Amino acid sequence: MVDPATASRLQFAVTTIVHIIFPVMSMGLAPFLVYFTWKEIRTGSALYERLRRFWTKIFAVSFAVGTVTGLVLEFEFGTNFAAFSAAAGELFGGPLAVEGMMAFFLEATFLGVFVFGRERVGDRLYFVSALMVGLGTWLSAVWILVANSWMQTPRGFEVARESGQLTILLTDPIAAYANPRFPWMFVHMQNAAVLSVALFMAGVAAYHVYRRHHLGVVDEGNLDAEFWEATLKIALVVLVVTAPLQVLHGDAYGRHVAETQPQKFAAMEAVWETDSYVPEYIVAFPTSVDDLLNPRAKDIFGIGIPGGASWLASGGDAQAEITGLNEFEGSPPVAIVFWSFRAMVAMGFWFMLLAFWAGYRWWTGELFEDRLLQKALMASSVLGFLGVELGWIVTEVGRQPWVIQGVMKTTEGVSPGLTATEATLTLAGFVGGYLVLLSLYTYVVGRLVRRGPEGGDDELPDADRPTTPTAAGASEDD
Amino acid sequence: MTELLALEVVWFGVALSDLWFVVVFGFLAVFLFLDGWDFGVGAIFALREDHHEREQCLAAIGPFWDGNEVWLVVFGGGLFAAFPSVYAALFSRHYLLLFGVLATLILRGMAPEFFEQRESEGWQRWWGRAFVVGSVGAPFLLGVFTGNWLLGVEGVAPASLVVGLAVVALNVAAGAAFLRLKTTGALADEMPGYGVRATAVYLALVVVALVLLALRPGLREALLSPVAIALVVGSVLLGVVYVVAARAGRPYLALGASGGMTGALVALVAVLMYPVVEPMTGLTVEEAIIGAPAVELLTIGAAILIPLVLTYFGVLYSAFSGPIDVEESY
Repeated sequence: MVDPATASRLQFAVTTIVHIIFPVMSMGLAPFLVYFTWKEIRTGSALYERLRRFWTKIFAVSFAVGTVTGLVLEFEFGTNFAAFSAAAGELFGGPLAVEGMMAFFLEATFLGVFVFGRERVGDRLYFVSALMVGLGTWLSAVWILVANSWMQTPRGFEVARESGQLTILLTDPIAAYANPRFPWMFVHMQNAAVLSVALFMAGVAAYHVYRRHHLGVVDEGNLDAEFWEATLKIALVVLVVTAPLQVLHGDAYGRHVAETQPQKFAAMEAVWETDSYVPEYIVAFPTSVDDLLNPRAKDIFGIGIPGGASWLASGGDAQAEITGLNEFEGSPPVAIVFWSFRAMVAMGFWFMLLAFWAGYRWWTGELFEDRLLQKALMASSVLGFLGVELGWIVTEVGRQPWVIQGVMKTTEGVSPGLTATEATLTLAGFVGGYLVLLSLYTYVVGRLVRRGPEGGDDELPDADRPTTPTAAGASEDD
Repeated sequence: MTELLALEVVWFGVALSDLWFVVVFGFLAVFLFLDGWDFGVGAIFALREDHHEREQCLAAIGPFWDGNEVWLVVFGGGLFAAFPSVYAALFSRHYLLLFGVLATLILRGMAPEFFEQRESEGWQRWWGRAFVVGSVGAPFLLGVFTGNWLLGVEGVAPASLVVGLAVVALNVAAGAAFLRLKTTGALADEMPGYGVRATAVYLALVVVALVLLALRPGLREALLSPVAIALVVGSVLLGVVYVVAARAGRPYLALGASGGMTGALVALVAVLMYPVVEPMTGLTVEEAIIGAPAVELLTIGAAILIPLVLTYFGVLYSAFSGPIDVEESY
């Protein structure tokens, strides 16, 4: 049996890590769907109609899974973190309730119209419903991040202790909810969602373009060539814009973290002793094998940029001082934060490189000819989602041991009456259940992606889909 | 600091603590009615073998169930926001029960979307089962949860089990009226019969539940209050209205009557509890409500947003008035 606190934390970690995939898909797809719908209505083009239909399917599946996994998170505050919920409900519950009323209703009701209503409502209402779905997904993120940013950098409250019971009272709503962390989180998260979906789209389109241009797989009526080539170009335009932005505001966000959560920043850089001119390590390994699992190993072989971390923390001063982890009470699991941060940053630069590479090939007119580029895009198709996961790991693991920075420890937030048996049982259930859920989702989305859009040849049963018999890889199209 | 906690906020003669007590139970009632007919459709799905009829069942709730389910999210969110200590105590006390609710809701939520993805018989058989288990399990467990809440117990009380079964029967009545409106052919024609039987079962279960509740000394007095008696009598009358309307081919009226019965059931639970909001500890609404600025802010937010939400639902339901074709989507 796992003790209730550890099981609850692991369970919350598992449920958030799985849940975040689906809102990222919805938030990232929403602007694309609004654009496709607008073009379809304005131009009457069959291409945009097919683009809208195809990506709406993926949106609908993601939304269904996102809804139920999100409900789990809402319930878990009460079931597993009752002490936190009772203490902080006055500040934390409000944004969640408003998220439901303001954002989730908007998204869920208009999604009904958007998915099922093309033949039932006029163009104008149909376009409005696309906009409302998009607005709903983004507003949802607003309220969740309002709640989360308050936990990271809490303000506008007073703490009362009555007979040992911690109660957090709202005293200044503007300070609490217009939190300085919020804009950084929101910009970085929304851009990440759009970037991740652009990468996914580009990867999927590259797969079909590659099969056509290099394996000679031809679909009937050339419809699919047009469809996938257009998809690739649209995705790349968005990628070229979002990839550099992600790196730019990520850098500024990091500086904000250094100012407001020095403990987290020290964990991101694995700085133990307060020091100035701190290097930014690209990789770091202990020189002794015995120290591999010791995050405080002294003899480190590292490749570092001298003064780099100081430079990042201060915004340009390589001599700046960084407060070491030793000065704080408790610390997060440093290795997880350190490596997640590094991997996320590396991915950010890779996405930028990929965007410039693809942009250059497009400019020289060789976009569909570059085999290596297409393979790179395919290989990167889900990396955006991985980057988001790593970013959230840095954010959430990095603020440990606090659930509310400087106010309440995570272990103090766990439900007092929870037994190890109950907690272990549900943890096991979630690990198993969510593995099944993720495999099913991957299977269904993978299948949609491989089969491509309807139209032209979609009346034929699977086995009869036309492909050139000589083409290698043609048979893998289930 | 303690004055902040003790201060009772009154707007236009209404204490905001009372208002939020009504709002939270209102969210629960709306959820149990709207998503209740989706659950009912899921239960009826199990009784229909024909493939086309099963597709009709799924198509009937397709555009609506996502929106309907959000009422559960705002019920949880509203309870959390207005009465956080009650939310925390109730949810942690009913730990495994609520994970049961989540598991069944996951099945119900994924099934309609996944069912359509493959035309394979085995695939659809399994998603059909998931749909049925989710649609019957979720309202049953939520009914048990509501019963436990009222009784102030954990674990499984016989009266709570009866409440769970009653909610399922009530949902089948609502689902039958809804399918009568949204489908055509043999499926629609047989729905009044289903609805009438479900209503009879529901009323019988309510009687059993009342007897079991009356065995508890604290609740016996509350059950004899005029409001409680009016709600019970009202439920029986609404049941009669349902039967008459269903037989007379007036599905809107039947659906309305099932909505009335759902409202009466939730209102009865609330009335039996009030002014206590957590019967296990005897915590009252006045003690459990959040502090003054927070509750005022929440009330302003809800006052602006709830009319908007009702507008969205107006748009959704008017866009899909009348029977729904199984081919409609995207």
